[in-house]
Amino acid sequence: MTVSASWYLTLAAAMFTIGAVGLLVRRNVLVMFMCVELMLNAANLTFVTFARELDDIGGQAVVFFVLVVAAAEVVVGLGIIVAIYRRRLGATADDVHVLKG
Amino acid sequence: MLHAAFLIPLFPFLGFLLLTAGGRKLGNPRAGWLATIMVLASFVTTIVVFAGLLGRAAGARSYDQTWYTWLSVDRLHVSAGVLIDPLSMTMALFVTGVSTLIHLYSIGYMEHDENFPKFFLYLNLFVSSMLILVLADNFLLTFLGWEGVGVCSYFLIAFWFDRPSAASAGKKAMIFNRIGDAGFLLAMFLTFERTGSLQYRTVFAQLGHVGTPSLTAIALLLFLGAAGKSAQLPLYPWLADAMEGPTPVSALIHAATMVTAGVYLMCRIAPILHLAPDAAHVVAIVGAATAFLGATIACAQDDIKKILAYSTISQLGYMFLAAGVGAYVAAIFLMLTHAFYKALLFLGAGSVIHAMDDEQDTKRFGALARLMPVTSVTFLIGWLSIGGVPPFSGFWSKGDVLMNAYSLSPVLYAVAALTALLTAYYLGRCYLLTFSGQQRWSEARRSGDGTHGAAEGDGSPAGALHPHDPGWVMRLPLVVLAAASAVAGIINLPFHPLDYLERWLTPVVGSELLQLHFSTGAQWAFALGDAVLAAFGVAIALGLWRSTSEHAELEPAFLRRAWYVDWAYDRFLAHGSTELAEVTSADVETKVIDGAVNGFGALVAGAGRRLRRVQTGYVRNYALGLLGGLVVLLAYVAVRAVS
Repeated sequence: MTVSASWYLTLAAAMFTIGAVGLLVRRNVLVMFMCVELMLNAANLTFVTFARELDDIGGQAVVFFVLVVAAAEVVVGLGIIVAIYRRRLGATADDVHVLKG
Repeated sequence: MLHAAFLIPLFPFLGFLLLTAGGRKLGNPRAGWLATIMVLASFVTTIVVFAGLLGRAAGARSYDQTWYTWLSVDRLHVSAGVLIDPLSMTMALFVTGVSTLIHLYSIGYMEHDENFPKFFLYLNLFVSSMLILVLADNFLLTFLGWEGVGVCSYFLIAFWFDRPSAASAGKKAMIFNRIGDAGFLLAMFLTFERTGSLQYRTVFAQLGHVGTPSLTAIALLLFLGAAGKSAQLPLYPWLADAMEGPTPVSALIHAATMVTAGVYLMCRIAPILHLAPDAAHVVAIVGAATAFLGATIACAQDDIKKILAYSTISQLGYMFLAAGVGAYVAAIFLMLTHAFYKALLFLGAGSVIHAMDDEQDTKRFGALARLMPVTSVTFLIGWLSIGGVPPFSGFWSKGDVLMNAYSLSPVLYAVAALTALLTAYYLGRCYLLTFSGQQRWSEARRSGDGTHGAAEGDGSPAGALHPHDPGWVMRLPLVVLAAASAVAGIINLPFHPLDYLERWLTPVVGSELLQLHFSTGAQWAFALGDAVLAAFGVAIALGLWRSTSEHAELEPAFLRRAWYVDWAYDRFLAHGSTELAEVTSADVETKVIDGAVNGFGALVAGAGRRLRRVQTGYVRNYALGLLGGLVVLLAYVAVRAVS
C-alpha cells in the first residue's frame, strides 16, 4: 500500500499548525524554540513531498539548505537562551521584553 | 614685425603673474617699477607692430594672427587670435602709452599704501585685459577682455575695501556693468545664430544675408553692453561712484581707457551700424543726451573727482554721438585726445588731493596756483583742451564731432554745442575754485572739519599744511600728458593732407564713414562757432568764480543730486527688490522654508511616537504578526487561484 501525497501534506499542515499555535500560546522559551523547529520541519516535509510528486530534485536540495540553516540557528538560538537563563532563572519569554518601544 | 603682436597683451599678463607670485617680496617700490616696465615693454612692442603696419600699403593693413583654436563645439569655432588693423593699433598705442604714464605716476601716488604690490598687480591685469579686448579678432575674445577689465575695475574701485562707500561703489559698478554684459551676450548669441560665426571678419562678410531687424537688434544689444561699460544713459551712475578708487585708477580706467571700450566696440561694429541706421540713430541720441546730462551735473558738483567723473560721462556721450552719426574717425579722435586731457586732469586732481591731505572738496581748496605751479599750469592746459579752446587738442576733436552731428540733425548739433559751452564753464569753475581765489583750506582745517585729512593720522596740527608739487615720478606724467593734450590735435587737422588719422583709419571704417559736404567757408564758420562757444564758457567761468566760491543759485539741488537719477533708481528699482528681499526673509524664509523642514521633522517624529507601540518586546506579538501576514498572503494566493 502506498501512502498518497495528501497524507504527507496533511501531516505537514498539522505539524505547522501545532508549531504555530505552540509559539503563540507557550511562555517557555525552550518550548517556543521547539515549536519553531516543528514549523521548519513541516515546511521541509512539504518540500520533500512535492519533490517526489513532481519528480524534481530541487525540492530535496532546498531541504538540505534549510537543515543547515536550522542547525546554525539552533546553535545561536540556544546560546542566547542559555545566556538569558544564566541571568534570570526561570524567566519566560514575556519577562525579557526589554526591546519594548 | 607684425608677428610680435602676441607679446602686446602678454607682457602685462606676465607682470601680473610675477606680482602674484612675488609681489610682496619685491615690495615697495620695486613691484611698481616691475609693473611699469612690463607696460612700457608692451608699449614698445606696440610701436614696433605699428611701424610694421605703417610699412604696408594702405589696403593691406589688416592682419590676422591666430594662436590656437579656443573653442570648437559643433558649428561654433572660436579661435584665440589678434586682429591687427589701424583701428586696433590706434587703441593699443594709446592704451599702452597712457597706461605707462599712469603706472609711473602711481608709484608716487601709492607710495604710502600698504597694499602697494596688490595695486600694481590689478593694474597690470587690467592693461592685459584691455589689450585683449582691443586686439581680439572675435566677439568672444573681446568679451573675455571686456569681463577682465570689468572685474579689475571692481577690484580697483573697491581697493580701499575697508571703507564701506568704496565697497558699495565697487558693487554698484559691477551690477551696472552686468546689465550691459547681458546685452553683449545676447548680441553674441544672435550674431552666431544669424551668421554662424563670431569672428569679426566672417561676420562682417555675411552681413548681406542678415535681415535689417536682426542687425538692428544686434546693434542695440551691443550698444546696451557699451552703455554699461562706457557709462551712458541709463547705465551711467556707477561711474560717478567709481571715484572712490585711488585717483590713478580713476585716471586710467574710469577716464582714459576702460570706459572708451564701448566706443571702440561701436567703431568695431561700424559695418553693422551702417546697415542698421535706426540703431545708429539711437546711439547718437543717447550719446547727445548723456553728454548734456553729464555736463549739467558737473556744473554743480563740489568734489573735484566727481566733477571730472561727470565730465567723463559727458565726453563719452560725445563719442557715442559721433559713432552714432557715422563719424567713427571723429569718435576715435575725440577718444584719443580725451584720453590725454582727462588723464591729465585726473592726475592733476590726484596731485592736489595728495597735497591737501586727501581732501577732495573744491570748496576747501583755493589759491593753490602759486604753491603748486606745475600742477596748476598742466591743469590749466587740461581745462583749455577739454573746453575746446583753439589751438588745443579738444578744439579739433570736438569740432569734428559737432560738424558731423550737424550733418545728421541740427538738433543734435544744438545740444552738443550747448554741452561744449557748459564743458568750458564747469571745468573753469573747477580750476578756479582749486587754484585761484581765496585760500580756504587752512580755515577749513582750523574749524576741525577736515575729516578726510584725519584719516592719515600723521598727527600734524590743524593748518600746518604745506601744499607743494609732487615728486618727479608724478610730475613727469603730468608734463607729458599736458604736452600731448596741447598738441594732439595735429594728428587729425581738417586740412588735406594733414588729416593723418582719417587717412590711417579709412581702410577700416572708410566705407561706413559719414561723408560731409560742407564748403570750406562753412567749415570755417563751424570752427569759429566752436571757438566762440569755448571762449564764452571760459569767460563765464572767469566772471563768476575767479574771486568767490559761493554761487548757490548756480548749484540747484537737482543738479547737485544729479537729476535725482540715483534717487529714482533707489526708489523705484532697488527699493522694490529690497522690499521683496525683506518679505522673503521675514515670511517666506521663516514660514515656508523653515515650515517645510520643521514640518517634515515633526511628521517623522509623530509617526515614530505612534508606531513605537507596535514594538511591544513580546515575542508572541511578533509571531502573531508574522502569522497574520502569512494568512493574508495565503488568502491572496487562494483568492487568485479561485478567480
